[in-house]
Amino acid sequence: MATHQGFSIRAVGARTIDSVLRLGYATRFIARTIMSSGTSLKRPRLVIRELYFTGVLSLIIILVSGLFVGMVLGYQGYYTLQTYGSESALGVLVALSLVRELGPVMAALLFASRAGSAMTAEIGLMKATEQLSAMEMMAVDPIARVVAPRFWAGFISMPLLAAMFSAMGVFGGYLVGVVQIGVDEGSFWSQMQSAVDFQKDIMNGVIKSVVFGFAVTWISLFEGYDAPPTAEGVSGATTRTVVTSSLAILALDFLLTAFMFGGV
Amino acid sequence: MQRSTLDLWVGLFVMGGIGALLVLAMKVGNMSGGGGGETYALTANFDNIGGLKPRAPVKSAGVVVGRVTGISFDNDKFNARVTLNIEKTYTFPKDTSASILTSGLLGEQYIGLEGGGDTVNLGTGDKIKQTQSAVVLEKLIGQFLYSKAAEGGDKK
Amino acid sequence: MSDKNLIEIKDVSYAYGARPILTGINMSIPRGSTVAIMGISGSGKTTLLRLMAGVMKAKQGEVWVDGQRMNDLDQAGIYKMRRRLGMMFQFGALFTDLSVFDNVAFQMREHTDLPEAMIRDLVLMKLHAVGLRGAHQLMPSELSGGMSRRVALARAIALDPMLMLYDEPFTGLDPIAMGIISNLIKELNAALGATSIVVTHDVHEAMEVVDYVYYLSDGKMVAHGTPDAIRNSTDPLVRQFVYGEFDGPVAYQYPGRKLAEDMRLGH
Repeated sequence: MATHQGFSIRAVGARTIDSVLRLGYATRFIARTIMSSGTSLKRPRLVIRELYFTGVLSLIIILVSGLFVGMVLGYQGYYTLQTYGSESALGVLVALSLVRELGPVMAALLFASRAGSAMTAEIGLMKATEQLSAMEMMAVDPIARVVAPRFWAGFISMPLLAAMFSAMGVFGGYLVGVVQIGVDEGSFWSQMQSAVDFQKDIMNGVIKSVVFGFAVTWISLFEGYDAPPTAEGVSGATTRTVVTSSLAILALDFLLTAFMFGGV
Repeated sequence: MQRSTLDLWVGLFVMGGIGALLVLAMKVGNMSGGGGGETYALTANFDNIGGLKPRAPVKSAGVVVGRVTGISFDNDKFNARVTLNIEKTYTFPKDTSASILTSGLLGEQYIGLEGGGDTVNLGTGDKIKQTQSAVVLEKLIGQFLYSKAAEGGDKK
Repeated sequence: MSDKNLIEIKDVSYAYGARPILTGINMSIPRGSTVAIMGISGSGKTTLLRLMAGVMKAKQGEVWVDGQRMNDLDQAGIYKMRRRLGMMFQFGALFTDLSVFDNVAFQMREHTDLPEAMIRDLVLMKLHAVGLRGAHQLMPSELSGGMSRRVALARAIALDPMLMLYDEPFTGLDPIAMGIISNLIKELNAALGATSIVVTHDVHEAMEVVDYVYYLSDGKMVAHGTPDAIRNSTDPLVRQFVYGEFDGPVAYQYPGRKLAEDMRLGH
């Protein structure tokens, strides 16, 4: 990413060429990863192991953040809706914001900083300590053995984490709205149920989280694999993973939202 | 990390994720309402349906008894034909009337059914004869202005 | 290409872009021998090792390993070749997320369908050969430098390779660990009936172990011979390296302006 801005035309040109080259490498990298997924399919244990590291270890942060975000939505939503006398729509507000936007986006951002950076650091370190070369010397393709299982684990866990984030958030909103403030429980749930559409809202949220999962895992793995094999190289790559992933998530979110809900 | 504990955690994680999706679908979304129960279809023609949308609820005495499944334009009568799916457990007499109502001033529109006194009940594919169109705000205001103008004319 | 030599390198040159790394290298390494490739840092010895392992392909010249021309092999062919090749990396390069046992078992699990019970026996045998059978359930982070080098050695010999490559096996070890490693290199070569190539700049340790020494300088083969011949070489480059003289053909001072100019003497 742009750490310093060159002022001459030549610098602009060099940066452009570098970016295009890197994008090309990254595309070839992900294509190779997907093509080498045979090993992961034949040995699901490899993926299960990575599911533990990407999914299970991200659980705490996802669940706790989901709860807090939902509770904040409960308060803020209540005070805004109250001025229109429509507190009973609190459930709708909480559920729609979570399912459509906050669930997938926040979960992906947290996933990028928790699991994504860990993946980059791990693969970068494996490269720096010659573990990847050693594997190659043992006639084992590191892309198939190391990268692909992590890719699938990330791809699988992201939608699950996003769903848990949303569910936890709705529960948080319920705690604040119904249990604490005292919005009518019946109208909280029923209005929510009549307003949230499975196809339009929940499935679109799931699609978003699948896309984010793909993007974040791709960026994390590529940054790790492409990191200069030194301590500075790995730490730089880890930072880049978080920055690039976050930008990618937000930009993709805009595109997907425009595509999914823009036509209405 | 023991292999079995790792498996257990991953299993819990995947189950939790799928469970959360199910909760979202059932509790938060509207997959639960009317999804599984048996229904029968009725049709009704309205001169104007206003902002009625497919999947809008059909209520009788405030109870949700079904959903709007289709809205189309009737080429012969030049009005709107609405298809309603009513749950099998609810029956309505032949002379039931249907009207398009709004929940609150700004709420969504739904269809209200009001039972009559007929002894024969409506069956699959039957048509509700008595209908009342949606109240269109612009028309109301137009009428109001027209009557005010007429009043003004009388005074002169 | 005679059958007697496991490796033959004929007039090989290699360059990164415009920067030449190796120029006109010729070597022939007979089966069963232990050979050292020596030289100062940046002399191209690691590149030479990588050419033999098929990590890179020679831009010019031919590399023959066990009767096969490495230049012609595709990725699958190189991978097939590498199953018969063991390499020990500078710092061991153990897989940090696997235990000592799993590290040694790695190749057996990847490349063979052996039952787990047999893998267990084989792994313990390999670990026994390097004296670390008792450490099989430790993680790499719990090992000392010398121990991880020994585990790496056990891992490299897991599939009984025909060719062992050692990349700087002595770097950063204490004298005892160094002695253990050099002893193991010698013993394992005999036990496996393999051919060993040691890339190193630890002159004295290597001289004890090997049958023959190649000396590289600036990507060129400047001297080769038996350890004794190298010790008694009159080539100033070799003498400076073998006896660790601080100044000589490889200059002590980083090239720059003359001292008198930098110190503004004569003004």
